[in-house]
Amino acid sequence: MNTLTAYILKRLGQFVFVIFTGVTLAFFITNLSPVDPVEQSLTQLTSFGASDPRAVQMMRDSLAELYGLQGNLFEQYINFWSRVIRADFGPSLSAFPTPVSTLILNAAPWTVGLLLLSILITFVLGNTIGALAGYFRKSRMLRVLGLGIMTINPVPHYFIGLILLIMLGYVFPLFPISGGAQMNIPTGFNWAFISSVLYHGFLPALSLVLAGLGGWFIGMRSLVSNIVTDDHVIYAELGGVPGRKIFSQYVARNAMLPQFTGLAMQIGQIFGGTVIVEFLFNYPGMGRLLIQGIYRGDYSLVLGVTTISIIAVAVSVLLIDLLYPLIDPRVKLE
Amino acid sequence: MFTVIGSLLRHNVEFLAGFTLTVLMLIFAALHFWTPYPGFSLYLLPPDMPPSGQYWFGTDSRGQDVLWVLSEALWNTLMFGLVVTILSRLIAISVGMVSGYLGGRADRILMSVNDTFIALPNIPILLLVYFVLRENMTWQMLAICAALLGWTYDSRLIRSVTISLRTREFTRHGVFSGMSTGRILVREHLPYVMPIIFFTAMNNLIWAISLEVTLSVLGFADSNRPSIGGMIYWANQHQAVISGIWWWIAFPILAVVVLFLGLFMLAMSVNEYVDPRSRLDRMGGAG
Repeated sequence: MNTLTAYILKRLGQFVFVIFTGVTLAFFITNLSPVDPVEQSLTQLTSFGASDPRAVQMMRDSLAELYGLQGNLFEQYINFWSRVIRADFGPSLSAFPTPVSTLILNAAPWTVGLLLLSILITFVLGNTIGALAGYFRKSRMLRVLGLGIMTINPVPHYFIGLILLIMLGYVFPLFPISGGAQMNIPTGFNWAFISSVLYHGFLPALSLVLAGLGGWFIGMRSLVSNIVTDDHVIYAELGGVPGRKIFSQYVARNAMLPQFTGLAMQIGQIFGGTVIVEFLFNYPGMGRLLIQGIYRGDYSLVLGVTTISIIAVAVSVLLIDLLYPLIDPRVKLE
Repeated sequence: MFTVIGSLLRHNVEFLAGFTLTVLMLIFAALHFWTPYPGFSLYLLPPDMPPSGQYWFGTDSRGQDVLWVLSEALWNTLMFGLVVTILSRLIAISVGMVSGYLGGRADRILMSVNDTFIALPNIPILLLVYFVLRENMTWQMLAICAALLGWTYDSRLIRSVTISLRTREFTRHGVFSGMSTGRILVREHLPYVMPIIFFTAMNNLIWAISLEVTLSVLGFADSNRPSIGGMIYWANQHQAVISGIWWWIAFPILAVVVLFLGLFMLAMSVNEYVDPRSRLDRMGGAG
C-alpha cells in the first residue's frame, strides 16, 4: 500500500469516526435529558395555537416515532441512525407539516454560499498579507496594516457584526440590515437576483472575513519569517535567484502547506461564526433556522439542523483533506 | 516565574501594555464588590439617562447604573472564562502530555479522539445542550460543556512539545533511575510545557468569553445573572440601538474589546518569549 492510499484511508476512517461521534452525541444529548421531548414539544406547540386534538395526537405519534421512543435505548439509537441516513427528521413543529429536511434544504445554499465565499476571501487575503508582512518586514505600510488586523483579531464575530450593522446599516445606511435577497425578485440565475444576493450578503460576509483574517495573518507571518532564514532561501539569494521568485516559489509555497491543514481544522469554528452572523443579519441560512427552532421549541428542527451541520462540517473537512495531496507533494512521494 | 514576568514587563512593550490593560479590567470588575446599589434591583434609578457626572456610563432602560452592572457583568464573564480555561487546560495537558510521551497505540487513539473533537462544530452542539436543558442550564453546566469542547488545539500543541522532550537525555536518565511515568511528566516535562500552557490559556480565555457573550446575546443563558452578553441581550430586548441608548451597548463592547486586546497582547508576547527565534529576530540577531 503506498503512502497516498494510506493517507486517504486514514482520512476516510477519521471522517466516519467524526460522523459516528457527532450523531451519537446528538442522540445521547437529546435522549438522556431530564425533559420529555414529546411533552415539551407539544406544550410549546399547543401554545402556538394548534389545538385540534386529532392533530395533537398525530403529532404525538410522529414525535414518539421521531425520537425513537419505542423500544429500548439501543433500538432507539438504531432507529435514529436510519432516520439520519434517510435525512428524515419528521415534520417541523413550528412550520407544521413542512418536513425538517425541506427547511434545511432551503436554508443550506445560503449558508454554504456565505461560508464558502468568506472562507475563500479570508484565507487568500489573510495569507497573502501575512506572507508579505513576513517577507518584507521593513515595510511601514504592512506594519500598519498588520497592527490593524491584530487589533480586530480578538474581537468576537458578534461584535464585529454588530458594529458593522450599526455603522453601515443604521448610521450610514449603505447596506441592507436583514434578509438574503430582495423579496420581489424571483429566485433564479439572473443578474438581478445574483446582485441582490451579493448586496445582502456583503455585511455578513465582511464580518466573517474581518473576524477570521487575523488568525491566517499571524500564522502565515510567523511561518514566513521562519522560512526566510532557512538555508535554501539564503542559498537562493546568494545564487542570484530573483526576489519575486524566492518569495513565491521558495517561501510562500512552503509556508502554505501547514496553512492548508489549518483550513480543515478551522471549518468547524467558522461554522459557529456563521450561526451568529446569520442571526444578527437575519440571513436565511441554517444558523438562523437553528436559532428560530430553539426560540420556538421546535425539537425536530433543532435536532435535524444540529445533526446535518455536524455532517456538513465533517464533509468539508474531508474534502479539504483529500485535496491536500494535490498541494503537498510529500504525501504522494514518500 | 516572577522574574520572567518582571523582565518581560521591563523589556517588552507589548507585554507591559497587555498586562496593564488586563489588570485594569480586572480591578474594574472587582470593584463591583463595593457597589452602592443593593443587589442590582431593577428600576431603582431614572431610566435612559445619558452618561453624566452622576452616572458616568448612563443608566439603562431597566433603571440600573450601567457602570455598576458592567462591573459585575465583567466579573461574572471573567469567572466563567477562568473556569472554562482551567478545566480545559487540565484536559489538554493530560491528553497532550500522555499522548506525546507514550506514543504508539495510546498516542494514535488519543489523537483520533482529539481530531474528532476538533472537527465537531461547537456552537450547534452547545445550542443543542441548551435546548435540551433549558432552565437547568446553569453557567457552571455551560462551563463544563465548553471545557469539554475547548481543549483540542492546545493538546496537539502540548503533544508536539512533549514528543521532542521524550528523546532528550534527561528523560532517559529519569527512566533509568526508576522514576514513574507520572513523575517524569509532572516533575521533568511540565516545566517545559508551562509557557505553552500560559500562552494557550490566554487564547482559551478569549475563546470562552466570546462563547459566553455569543450564547447570552442570543438569550441562551441565565439572563438574570449579569454578564456582558446578558447586558447586550437586555439592550436588544429594549431596542437600545434603535432608540439611541448607545451607552447601554457601547460600554460592554468597549470593555470586552479592551480586555481581549490586553489578553491578546499578553498571549502574543508570551508566544514570542516561548519561541526564541522570533525573540532573536526582534533583537536584530538573525538578519
